[in-house]
Amino acid sequence: MSTLTSPAFEGRARPPGAPFVGQQFDDIEQQRDAARLGMWIFLATEVLLFGGLFLGYTIYRFTYGQVFVETSRKLDVVLGGTNTAVLLISSLLMALAVRAAKLDQRRMLTWLLIGTALLGCVFMSVKGVEYHKDYVDHLVPGRQFEWRGSDPHNAELFFWIYFAMTGLHAIHVTVGIGIMLVLALLARLGNFSHGNHNTVEIAGLYWHFVDIVWVFLFPLLYLVGHR
Amino acid sequence: MIKEATEIDIKTGGEFARENYLSVHHGVRSWLLTKDHKRIGLLYLFTILVFFLIASIAAALMRIELVTPQPKLVSSETYNKLFTIHGVLMVWFFLIPSIPTVLGNFVLPMMIGARDVAFPKLNLMSWYIFVAGGALALWSLVHGGVDTGWTFYTPYSTTYANTHVISMAAGVFVAGFSTIITGMNFMVTTHKMRAPGLTWFRLPLFVWSLYATSLIMVLATPVLAITLALMSVERFWGVGIFDPKLGGDPVLFQHLFWFYSHPAVYIMILPGMGVISELITCFSRKPIYGYAWVGSASMAIAVLGFLVWGHHMFVSSQSVYAGMVFSILSFLVAVPSGIKVFNWTATLRKGSIHFATPMLYALGFIGLFTIGGLTGLFLAALAVDVHVHDTYFVIAHFHYIMVGGMVMAFMGGLHYWWPKISGRLYPEFAGKLAAMITFIGFNLTFFPQFILGYLGQPRRYHVYPPEFQIYHVLSTAGASILGIGYLMPLIYFIWAWKHGRVAGPNPWRATGLEWQTPSPPPEHNFEQTPVVTGPPYSYSAEKDVDLDLASI
Repeated sequence: MSTLTSPAFEGRARPPGAPFVGQQFDDIEQQRDAARLGMWIFLATEVLLFGGLFLGYTIYRFTYGQVFVETSRKLDVVLGGTNTAVLLISSLLMALAVRAAKLDQRRMLTWLLIGTALLGCVFMSVKGVEYHKDYVDHLVPGRQFEWRGSDPHNAELFFWIYFAMTGLHAIHVTVGIGIMLVLALLARLGNFSHGNHNTVEIAGLYWHFVDIVWVFLFPLLYLVGHR
Repeated sequence: MIKEATEIDIKTGGEFARENYLSVHHGVRSWLLTKDHKRIGLLYLFTILVFFLIASIAAALMRIELVTPQPKLVSSETYNKLFTIHGVLMVWFFLIPSIPTVLGNFVLPMMIGARDVAFPKLNLMSWYIFVAGGALALWSLVHGGVDTGWTFYTPYSTTYANTHVISMAAGVFVAGFSTIITGMNFMVTTHKMRAPGLTWFRLPLFVWSLYATSLIMVLATPVLAITLALMSVERFWGVGIFDPKLGGDPVLFQHLFWFYSHPAVYIMILPGMGVISELITCFSRKPIYGYAWVGSASMAIAVLGFLVWGHHMFVSSQSVYAGMVFSILSFLVAVPSGIKVFNWTATLRKGSIHFATPMLYALGFIGLFTIGGLTGLFLAALAVDVHVHDTYFVIAHFHYIMVGGMVMAFMGGLHYWWPKISGRLYPEFAGKLAAMITFIGFNLTFFPQFILGYLGQPRRYHVYPPEFQIYHVLSTAGASILGIGYLMPLIYFIWAWKHGRVAGPNPWRATGLEWQTPSPPPEHNFEQTPVVTGPPYSYSAEKDVDLDLASI
């Protein structure tokens, strides 16, 4: 309907296969820069979202240091360590996926994105096994919580924080898996060819962020009790 | 299908751009699916007006109740719900979005010579998220309301309150994401979308203030999100982070809450300061005095604003040393605020001052903001705060900032850009009258509350000793005058939308880029991308023109 197109982009015919540039942008470079900056700002907000929980953890770790050491030992380091490795490898696949997108390797890109999503699913499964184990061991806070050591209340507080932090992280992983699957589908349809790799790149930033959060969670929750 | 793109309607000197952002598309669908920042600004305007109306009704009921020392109209429970709904809606659903999402959305891209914001789809999405959050808040209201106050303090909110705390908190939580998206969008737009030649120090001061505001929106709002989320899960499941039974600390909630909510106070004033900078220069016909200082002061306020949250907890078991540090830092915020006030005043000096409606609001802002700011220093002083903490003194202080400051600036800005938004002028005489009624009504409402608070009347009570009645009656009388001051613009803006005199592209002879395009602007703002060659505000009294629109 609109006839009011400004000369700046009027008649800017898109050659077949060329990346889509939004009407508000002058060129693909500007669009790319804007998207990248937007994603970094979003990640800054994510840091502060997790920041509230990290602050709570830090305060109670200092207040109830000994209890946190004892409770931390109840967590399964092997499963947590496995998950750390799984996420780190998934980040590698993600980085390779961004490279494949830049090099216009469509098949490679599709498989790498699927691989990333699969490793995300492995992570969530291991997490599920762990949560189940915690449940069986009566470590889930609430009515069934049982603690034989000293300060059962503070121990319960540790497990609340553990579930809040890993839970919020798990939500982010789940969102990430969804994004990767959608991107894999779009990649298969050829949406990211011909220099249109922006979306893959900023999704990659998100995935790496989720990975890095875990890299902080793992030592804080699992390793503080181990020498 | 094809209409003439440049048909122009010439009436009494003004040119009305027939083909504009309003006329290119028609129908509800074209509004609900629009990606045009100007239309999204108007969507926000309608939405926040609804919330302003509901929150005002809550305020009116409270003021009527407070005319008598004994409860006559509402019960204690209802009164608690009234001040909660007033606070929640006014803070999160009116003040925080007011200038950024309405005026910011409308003029920011035009001010920097862009065709739109960087992410138009996200811009529309943020409006939907805002509406969803608002719907949740209204749902909580309709199903019985919340009585925690807008601050949701634990342990009352987590353990004792018997009202719809979780759904109300969820509404605020959801609306927060709309704020985050808007802030992120404005930041990226300012960084990446500026017209050729528009360097950072050529930006209009409104853009600087929106940038500083966006920084706070992006960095503070997620902390509110996690805080409200933790409060809600604690209420629902018993997560113990704020629960002393498990060794948690309720004051941690206050720290986290004010780590957001104090910077949020600056979300509620910085955009207003930006608007005032535009108005003062335009209606003094002078460049702003000390441009770089005013711009940097916005950034300084944004940064310092993150370091003062502890002044809300001087009497909440915070250590006295922490209190001293927070007290000093709070005093420091007064420095950049003072710079702004002095620079506006210096701009007025020897200016060719035009008392148009926006200018009346701007001058009102300077006076009221100064009172609000200086009484803030009383509260930042540890000893004085113990005396006036949680009294009407605090209420009066922050209403001078938020209503006397932000709402005055919002009204001033709305009048100033109204000719750009609608292509038509509002009736100037009615405008001036409304501005003066607002100013008088405001002072009559809130000045007595300083005295009330100093004499010891605590906030959030609807029963009070009879000797305070005179101040409450004055305050209620003022509130009714203030109400008229707000209703008048609503009526004449609606009238002027169709029947106002045609404004032309630049009725104020202002220098910003937004005035170099027809009114109302075309869908993509500019016929050609403008090129900027000099600093902003190149006003001069010599090239003066008649801006007195009183005869209209």
